[in-house]
Amino acid sequence: MELYDILFWVLSAIAVSCALGVILSRNPVNSVLFLILTFFAISGHYVLMNAQFLAIVNIIVYAGAIMVLFLFVIMLMNLNADVEPQKGQLVQLAGVISGGILFLVVLASIKTAKAEIMDKTSTDIGLISNLGKVLFKEYVLPFEISSVLFLSAMIGAIVIGKKEEVKTSATAKMEHVSE
Amino acid sequence: MQIGLFHFLFVSCALFFIGVYGFLTRRNLITMLMSIELILNSVNINFVAFNKFLFADKLDGIFFTLFIITIAAAEAAVAIAIIINLYRNYKTIDVEDVNTMKY
Repeated sequence: MELYDILFWVLSAIAVSCALGVILSRNPVNSVLFLILTFFAISGHYVLMNAQFLAIVNIIVYAGAIMVLFLFVIMLMNLNADVEPQKGQLVQLAGVISGGILFLVVLASIKTAKAEIMDKTSTDIGLISNLGKVLFKEYVLPFEISSVLFLSAMIGAIVIGKKEEVKTSATAKMEHVSE
Repeated sequence: MQIGLFHFLFVSCALFFIGVYGFLTRRNLITMLMSIELILNSVNINFVAFNKFLFADKLDGIFFTLFIITIAAAEAAVAIAIIINLYRNYKTIDVEDVNTMKY
């Protein structure tokens, strides 16, 4: 058994078991920590598939930014296992059946599929220099559009998350000044 | 047995349906959002695996993954803003309790 195989199986076991932990743990804080572990395992998969840049981006963006945001919101709302709502048995059974049957169908279709595997000689294409050249030549328009998307998402988040009383407090201050 | 494309597809399939199960069964909005992140990540594994094993001389799968990560970040920011607003108005993030527009 090579090192590659051992790494693959260990990372897969970590990813699947931590994903189960995300779903099954009652406490949302534990869910977030399990999800961070899952993202690290997935980054390990990216490294195994020669996409090193993607692995780093995955860790920085997901584990560094999004999960910190989640954790911050959970701490802000003071959620814990006592107030965590749970669905009834019937809904859980429905979830198991619908998810499990689709899982079996997709698994069977993957198992019977045939694919023409290319030889793995050209392995350095996922490195940063090649990636950057292609990103700023062929993918420059989606790149710029995604920056516009980020700007609009930022403005949207600020507008949605803003308190309603901002206007009234401003008017109250004006009244106070006029008095 | 040589680790190939199908091993990675099995892992991503398992992660996807764990995410689907979590999305259907949890009532906490934040945990549902985390399930969506799991689903997006399993799709990312699929893209990178197909790129690596079927089209090793191209980079399109990696760029799709990159843009999915971008969109997931924007989506998480907006969704968390919505959740905070919901919590401020209803004092709960249980999806069953927020049913003003249901009837």
